[in-house]
Amino acid sequence: MPAVAETLDTVQSVTEGTYKWGFSTDIEMDFAPKGLNEDIVRFISAKKNEPQWLLDWRLKAYATWLKMDEPTWPSVKYPKIDFQDAYYYAAPKVKSGPKSLDEVDPELLKTYAKLGIPLKEQAILAGVEGAGDSPSEGGRMPIAVDAVFDSVSVATSYKARLAKDGIIFCAISEAVHEYPELVRQYLGSVVPQGDNYYAALNSAVFTDGSFVYIPKGVRCPMELSTYFRINAKSTGQFERTLIIADEGAVVSYLEGCTAPMRDENQLHAAVVELVAMDDAQIKYSTVQNWYPGDAEGRGGIYNFVTKRAQCRGARSKVSWTQVETGSAITWKYPSCVLLGDDSVGEFYSVAITNNHQQADTGTKMIHVGKRTTSTIVSKGISAGKGQNTYRGLVRVAPSASGARNHTQCDSLLIGDQCGAHTVPYIENRNMTAKVEHEATTSRIAEDQLFYCRQRGLSEEDAVGLIVNGFCREVLKELPMEFAVEAQKLLQISLEGSVG
Amino acid sequence: MNAAVNSGAEGFLHRFDGLRARLPGTRMPWVQALREDAATRFRSAGFPTRRVEAWKYTDLRPVSDAGFDEALSILGDSADLPAPLCDRRAVFVDGRFREDASTLGSAEFAVDGLAQRLPQLEGRLGSLARPQEEPLVALNTMLFEDGLVVTVPAGVAGGLLELASFASGSERPAAFHPRHLIRLEAGASLTIVESARGPAETRYLHNPVFEIEVAEGATLTHTRVQQEGAKAFQLGTIYARVEAGGTYDNFTLNAGGRLVRNEIHVTLAGPRATCHMNGAQLLRHGQHADTTTFLDHAAPDCASRQTYKTVLSGKSRGVFQGKIHVHQVAQRTDGYQMNQALLLSPDAEIDSKPQLEIYADDVKCSHGATVGALDAEQLFYLRARGIPEEAARSMLVQAFLAEAIEGVADATSRAALEAAVSGWWEPAA
Repeated sequence: MPAVAETLDTVQSVTEGTYKWGFSTDIEMDFAPKGLNEDIVRFISAKKNEPQWLLDWRLKAYATWLKMDEPTWPSVKYPKIDFQDAYYYAAPKVKSGPKSLDEVDPELLKTYAKLGIPLKEQAILAGVEGAGDSPSEGGRMPIAVDAVFDSVSVATSYKARLAKDGIIFCAISEAVHEYPELVRQYLGSVVPQGDNYYAALNSAVFTDGSFVYIPKGVRCPMELSTYFRINAKSTGQFERTLIIADEGAVVSYLEGCTAPMRDENQLHAAVVELVAMDDAQIKYSTVQNWYPGDAEGRGGIYNFVTKRAQCRGARSKVSWTQVETGSAITWKYPSCVLLGDDSVGEFYSVAITNNHQQADTGTKMIHVGKRTTSTIVSKGISAGKGQNTYRGLVRVAPSASGARNHTQCDSLLIGDQCGAHTVPYIENRNMTAKVEHEATTSRIAEDQLFYCRQRGLSEEDAVGLIVNGFCREVLKELPMEFAVEAQKLLQISLEGSVG
Repeated sequence: MNAAVNSGAEGFLHRFDGLRARLPGTRMPWVQALREDAATRFRSAGFPTRRVEAWKYTDLRPVSDAGFDEALSILGDSADLPAPLCDRRAVFVDGRFREDASTLGSAEFAVDGLAQRLPQLEGRLGSLARPQEEPLVALNTMLFEDGLVVTVPAGVAGGLLELASFASGSERPAAFHPRHLIRLEAGASLTIVESARGPAETRYLHNPVFEIEVAEGATLTHTRVQQEGAKAFQLGTIYARVEAGGTYDNFTLNAGGRLVRNEIHVTLAGPRATCHMNGAQLLRHGQHADTTTFLDHAAPDCASRQTYKTVLSGKSRGVFQGKIHVHQVAQRTDGYQMNQALLLSPDAEIDSKPQLEIYADDVKCSHGATVGALDAEQLFYLRARGIPEEAARSMLVQAFLAEAIEGVADATSRAALEAAVSGWWEPAA
């Protein structure tokens, strides 16, 4: 079979499959009117053909949200969000996008070129009108569309492999219909509807996200990735992800991608819930590089995310790794509730803020079970006018005998207009627990720069090298697929911050 | 007066209304204005609740639920005062300066009671305190009756001064709010050893506010031994401003009281200013002690060092909150902070929040925090050498504290601290 025909077949099967999986339903673009009220919540639920219990669950969340106040404690500044001035369901996708690549911010295109992204894919990522919408053009398939669709087709073939082991990996809206007992049992069990303002909002209006269930004793044979499951364009504004690793199960999940993505939805309020039973292990890696706004701080995504894991079983382990380089504002605290005896929580984070970016991120480690251990390694890099805050909590309950925590958080300052802040909370109620915290703040030393420059490295390469060294402890936790790209990304994110 | 009006913020405001005409400075418009502004602030803020971030770990309800009388009306006796630590001692009983009990001698600088010096203090009193931001400072400003006023002239080595505060143990719970003003002019030096004590069986509130000015090249050493009575509340706030090349050296030992807050605000305002803030908290039974420090690096080339140690037994609860704020101008700042806690009992709790807020890039700032129990290996080592368990424990606790106290250079201060520490440690049954 000639290659072209094969591709066409694949695309065919994928597009048909798309409807079946409900990944991007409603291509005919019917959308709810602007604003948020009970009817919109009902509309979303009805569109997704959801069972009554889920509608009730959403309505309860909405009622709770109405009674809550927008939190103001993080050290981030942004204009007040008008929640009535947004679409909550299938907002018109390309209307306001650039008409062609010529209209896209040239800085963004430079970045794409450096990451080695093909032209057509650049257009899709930059949200150019029409890019990626047309599967065929005079019978010929555009290459980049192929590339993206290829990802999906990769997913299809993988899906069969996963099914063989009894692993469920699908959209959460699909899981609601296919595995209602599982969803009903676990949805909101880690992050309840009323947990916080944005979690409540998400619970009321979430539209997409992943659902993963790894059965007892199964080691997931591949890394699961959102990038492969849904094409980049339809990452939801209110994503809801639920991952359950049953006894002895092992899974590694990747979220995001390194390419900067343009997105018309300024507010992103995702919720991620992880559940690990006895001896289960979940590794959750994120590379977040949404549009950070331009050099003057205009535009850019608000990324207000609630991520939490419950280590319910004995000897279970959850590891969060994040590389946060994008978004105008990043505000998230991937956390672990260590309930099972001997359970383990880990948090490895790199957060970069350049230009006018703001990041308030960290973790919470709640020790409840005996001999629970947690490790926190956080690296914050501030450049330009960026503000970077580490905010973390380590709490040891009276029951957590022999608990152990070590926290290391380091900040690197590049330039005298930026800020680096550290706000750790340590609460210990068990005398046998041992908690250690250390934090340092420094800048790139002149002698390090001089050493690199003397050996012929440009200033930017030298900074890149030093920053990668500074972040090494975190980067080595990333799965192979991400690690190389992430290193490149760090360097690109800091461009223009020196010299 | 019924209980509802006697307690809480309302109770204090009510008594302020009643005492207005009798508080010092009634005929001085500037004092009146300070008090009225503070009252307005306290009326709207009330006692801080745990919803206020700076009070997240300390619940003031025991204070606000209790009813007090201002000391003004119930001045007690000061019969049995312990022996002075040094030649010069200023004695305060229930927040009021007792010249009769003090030994001031003649020196190159004056030590006075605030009430009698009030006419000369316009512009100085209230120059550093921020009642608009701290409700307890507003409470102090509204009701202060007296305090210590010290001015060490330029170039004078002031030597040692003891500031001894006693609660008299009246039957009616007293509240007193002294305001202490300490000023060191350029190149001057002074060591203040401060003690606070009271009877074990009486409930009282001691709410002192310090305004400390350290001019260019001056050095103030301020050692505080807090051994208030077991039912007492001490809520103290210190404001210190250090000019170029000056040094403020503070050591606070919290050993007494039922509920204690030790809040210190230091501003390093001139280049090459230095601040040491160290301390220890020794807690048992149901004691609650909170040390909260704010260190403002507002000028370049300044250095700060902080080491705080907390030992907790019984059902005690210890809090440490320390914030280092480095302003954009404060290049080449060198800041270090360490806080460590030792838990001796399964019912004790420690909460710690060290905090860095940095806006300058050429800085070296670090903080560390550790929490743990006595090291089993160290204990085993001592036991293997025939030392009884309780003695071994005691040795290890003393060693833990020694690290903080060793740094105190002044011999009198160190002796006072060591006496308080050895008195505190009685091996548990």
